[in-house]
Amino acid sequence: MSRQVFAYIIHKDGKADDTAMEFAVAARKLDANAEVTAVVAGTGAALDAVANEVAALYKTVWKIDNAALEYPVADMVRKALVGILPKDAVVLVPHEHFGLDMAPGLSIQLDSPYIADVVDFESLDGGTLNAVRQEYSGMVSTHVACDIEGGAVITVRPGAFQADENAAAGGTVADKSGDVGDLTVGRRYLETVVAEVGDVDITKSEILVSVGRGIEDEDNLEIVHDLAKAMGADVSCSRPIVDAKWLEKSRQVGTSGQTVSPKVYLACGISGSFQHMGGIKGAPFIVAVNKNAKAPIFQVADIGIVADILEFLPELTEAVEEA
Amino acid sequence: MEILVCVKRVPDTSENEIQVNSSGTDIERDDLVYSVNEWDNYAVEEAIQIRDRVGGSVTVMTVGDDESEEVLRREMAMGADNGILLSDDAFENADGRAVASILKAAIDKGKYDLILTGAQADDGAGQVGGMLAAMLDVPYASLVNIIETIDDQKIKVGREIAGGNQEMNEMNLPCVLSIQTGINEPRYVGIRGIRKVASVEIPTMGAGDLGLDADAVAPKVKRLDYFVPDMGEGAEMLEGSTEEIIEKLMELLKAKGGIKS
Ligand SMILES: Cc1cc2nc3c(=O)[nH]c(=O)nc-3n(C[C@H](O)[C@H](O)[C@H](O)COP(=O)(O)OP(=O)(O)OC[C@H]3O[C@@H](n4cnc5c(N)ncnc54)[C@H](O)[C@@H]3O)c2cc1C
Repeated sequence: MSRQVFAYIIHKDGKADDTAMEFAVAARKLDANAEVTAVVAGTGAALDAVANEVAALYKTVWKIDNAALEYPVADMVRKALVGILPKDAVVLVPHEHFGLDMAPGLSIQLDSPYIADVVDFESLDGGTLNAVRQEYSGMVSTHVACDIEGGAVITVRPGAFQADENAAAGGTVADKSGDVGDLTVGRRYLETVVAEVGDVDITKSEILVSVGRGIEDEDNLEIVHDLAKAMGADVSCSRPIVDAKWLEKSRQVGTSGQTVSPKVYLACGISGSFQHMGGIKGAPFIVAVNKNAKAPIFQVADIGIVADILEFLPELTEAVEEA
Repeated sequence: MEILVCVKRVPDTSENEIQVNSSGTDIERDDLVYSVNEWDNYAVEEAIQIRDRVGGSVTVMTVGDDESEEVLRREMAMGADNGILLSDDAFENADGRAVASILKAAIDKGKYDLILTGAQADDGAGQVGGMLAAMLDVPYASLVNIIETIDDQKIKVGREIAGGNQEMNEMNLPCVLSIQTGINEPRYVGIRGIRKVASVEIPTMGAGDLGLDADAVAPKVKRLDYFVPDMGEGAEMLEGSTEEIIEKLMELLKAKGGIKS
């Protein structure tokens, strides 16, 4: 019997996440001969819309409709999945806030190995999977080997696999709602508190001067504001700057911050973690200034400058002001 | 409240350039500066603040070698009451699941109402907390950046989800939470603080003490190598004197609409 791969599809407001398309490609790359099934959980018309959308990408879609899953709390979804997945299932889950919540525990409950944050599948030799992941915020990569004959839970980095825009599976939706049983868990969803709006809306900015931990000290932020002012840009930042309370949360770019799509993005002292870069959309012209020539951001930027931002930025400001 | 915080000693990426060694078997470990994992510091600070509010104790625990004792001492200098080191040659190649199994065995020997981990560590996997919760059969929430104590049966936690939004949950105790950066401002630890706890006894437990056989800690996911991927072109690097670089950059910025005037 061929291997059974399950792609867990997250969704919002009745629309499947981009990873739905990416995982169809990822599953084939993992094992071209696998039987691939998408799994969607939620309730009502929104879930039906997602299931139908996903059926265009996967031959089979398993739908779990349960009123308790109107907000899909990870502990509940995990319980539902344990109820319906075969023991030797290979399960793909997106490596983002929901996957981080749900997937590690799923691997324990299915008694399967867990491979986190995979960016590529290298080979499958017999039952041994060779996958690529990163360590130290993307500064180095590793190959990992794992026997997946008895199943596996694998989180896959969003954006790591290129979606196939021409996919047309014409799949069918199977209703698994009756098989999940009781979903009572020790964690109850209360509400979602929406982030406060800040003084500037960086999602609308055309030019962003973005600052990271390389700025070293709160007082040094002045040189960033000066440059932004001269360029007619807004100031945005990476997460550590917000954690340190040096700038407002509304200025944070990334998966747990804002998604921006400027024309020009000047990254100053930012290493280029995938959580940061995940917040930059629309292919802006990216200029990176970093004192470490090996910083991962140079792999994704258009223009790279190896320099100390504390010296470089004031000089650039001066040049802009004179121009 | 009896609180346990699981911590890890990791190479400090802000102090080191992480490079692959010449044979590709490991990162270059000579001269590496180690420290406590960034996320764990926030977890310990949060635990201390909760203890100071509602009473109880904070224990820090790590799976590691003798040198990991230094991170326990650092967190005790911050204000944790106890440290426990889980160390054994058999733990050397532990993967995330094995680490969770070791922690679980040690946790079974105590009694904790709340167990905290960092959201992730140097390998970026973010797996140990969620596995541990499942092994203990207690609720779990990841990426927590708000904790409000309610009573000794339950707590309210906020998780950080996309867009900086907060997902609020009520959770039964005991439970496991993974802590996200920014939840608090970890206190500074000075040399004097470290000195104060320098001679405190830190109990060590090995595989035998924990009743773990080799099978229980054998890694299921094995790292084969380290490498630096060939990412194709990458950025066009501007080189030359600062003036030359700035001149070139100004041209590019003007052409791309990067300067409004
Ligand atoms: C679930 C989750 C969600 C996350 N969400 C986000 C998010 O939304 N946004 C986000 O940004 N991060 C996010 N992160 C954190 C992310 O993983 C990284 O830790 C973070 O992006 C690093 O920020 P940084 O690049 O500023 O700092 P670092 O990675 O520390 O990089 C600092 C860089 O500055 C350089 N540098 C130092 N000094 C100088 C100098 N004087 N001149 C020039 N260069 C210098 C260094 O070489 C280094 O490359 C998230 C993490 C998790 C786990």
